[in-house]
Amino acid sequence: MEYLIGIQGQDFVLVAADNVAAHSIVKMKQDQDKMFKLSDKILLLCVGEAGDTVQFAEYIQKNIQLYKMRNGYELSPTAAANFTRKNLADYLRSRTPYHVNLLLAGFDETDGPGLYYMDHLSALAKAPFAAHGHGAYLTLSILDRYYRPDLTRDEAVDLLKKCIEELNHRFILNLPSFSVRLIDKDGTHDLEKLIPVGSK
Amino acid sequence: MALFDVSGYKSHSELRGQIIGTGVGHFIDRPNQQFSVPVGVDPSGFLKSCSREGGVSIDLNHGTTTLAFTFRHGVIVAVDSRASAGSYIASKEANKVIEINPYLLGTMSGSAADCQYWERLLAKECRLYKLRNKQRISVSAASKLLCNMMLGYRGMGLSMGSMIVGWDNKGPGLYYVDDNATRLSGRMFSTGCGSSYAYGVIDSGYREDMTVEEAYELGRRGITHATHRDAYSGGVVNLYHMQEDGWIKVCKEDVSELIHRYRKGMF
Repeated sequence: MEYLIGIQGQDFVLVAADNVAAHSIVKMKQDQDKMFKLSDKILLLCVGEAGDTVQFAEYIQKNIQLYKMRNGYELSPTAAANFTRKNLADYLRSRTPYHVNLLLAGFDETDGPGLYYMDHLSALAKAPFAAHGHGAYLTLSILDRYYRPDLTRDEAVDLLKKCIEELNHRFILNLPSFSVRLIDKDGTHDLEKLIPVGSK
Repeated sequence: MALFDVSGYKSHSELRGQIIGTGVGHFIDRPNQQFSVPVGVDPSGFLKSCSREGGVSIDLNHGTTTLAFTFRHGVIVAVDSRASAGSYIASKEANKVIEINPYLLGTMSGSAADCQYWERLLAKECRLYKLRNKQRISVSAASKLLCNMMLGYRGMGLSMGSMIVGWDNKGPGLYYVDDNATRLSGRMFSTGCGSSYAYGVIDSGYREDMTVEEAYELGRRGITHATHRDAYSGGVVNLYHMQEDGWIKVCKEDVSELIHRYRKGMF
């Protein structure tokens, strides 16, 4: 029902998430922000079971900030991704596992941009592009077809628009708007919300 | 505290551990509350066996319609008053709004016992906050407290869908909190099994610049039409208006009378 997408360029990562918070057949909220800022240059996008998403994401967010307070420097995106995965794995075989699917996007001074795909079974993979949700079945092939490692920012946004138009065209559920953010060496930038043609 | 260790003070849980011994049960430790759950007992599994599929019939009270929406002049809260146990109407005048303090209201849907208990506990926490900090608690913080209470009992079969409504420094506030620790801030919510009917009416009639009377009428309409269609909602409409200087109870009108008044446009 929910949708996340991330595209890594040469010196940036572009991420987008839908804005609907739904409960069975009802859209309870249409401007829900599913991106959590872990630090100036790291974003965590989180979808999954109600309640688990916000709780787990806020837990990771506060722990990353605590690390910075204790040690004086921030965790790198790679370290943050591995920390998140470890927490997911620890809870996986407990009585209350967190059923969440994540994308972690970040920019490191030395390693450059990074996009990490994590799922509810605590798999972790660094990928040039990734998507979560039923919408991923429709859009991953578009990313396969048109992605190049040397995409410019505008080209990446166009690729993102292609994916969202496809969802608007073929996906049975109506996702009226998507939040878009871009991370580069200057930090996190909010881009214009994407509203597919025909949605209100 | 400076002399804490020297004083020889033992907390309740330590003493209990000494007397009863560890390994008897695992404590759901909360600073002010402890429920010991025996090892091996699975509350949500037990509840499943008590539902109709399990042969026995202990039906939790899910039948309700509640709604709340913000507009220019504050927040309107409207609830029905039917408490059902399966197909039996246990009460036609149940009170589904808890008046936490003159600036905070909580609505209840789901299991009546869970709602009443946890929201009363929330009222206690809000009062303690005010005593400790000399400042009224914000709506955001109050809803977060309730959300964290639900989180502590995740997976154990609690059933609660509530809206926390208030007016604080940031203006009118409306939060939806439920038993799987979802917490959403918004301008319009409806909960309970009649909520879809209520959404239909209030979504189509809502304007941000409504007058106060129009907003009261919209709230009444929402509940009335939901009770007309939903078998598990009914009774009276309890209508509250959250204003800058506190909430006021606007009216308490019987749904069957209201539906007759609206009949002209309906059939």
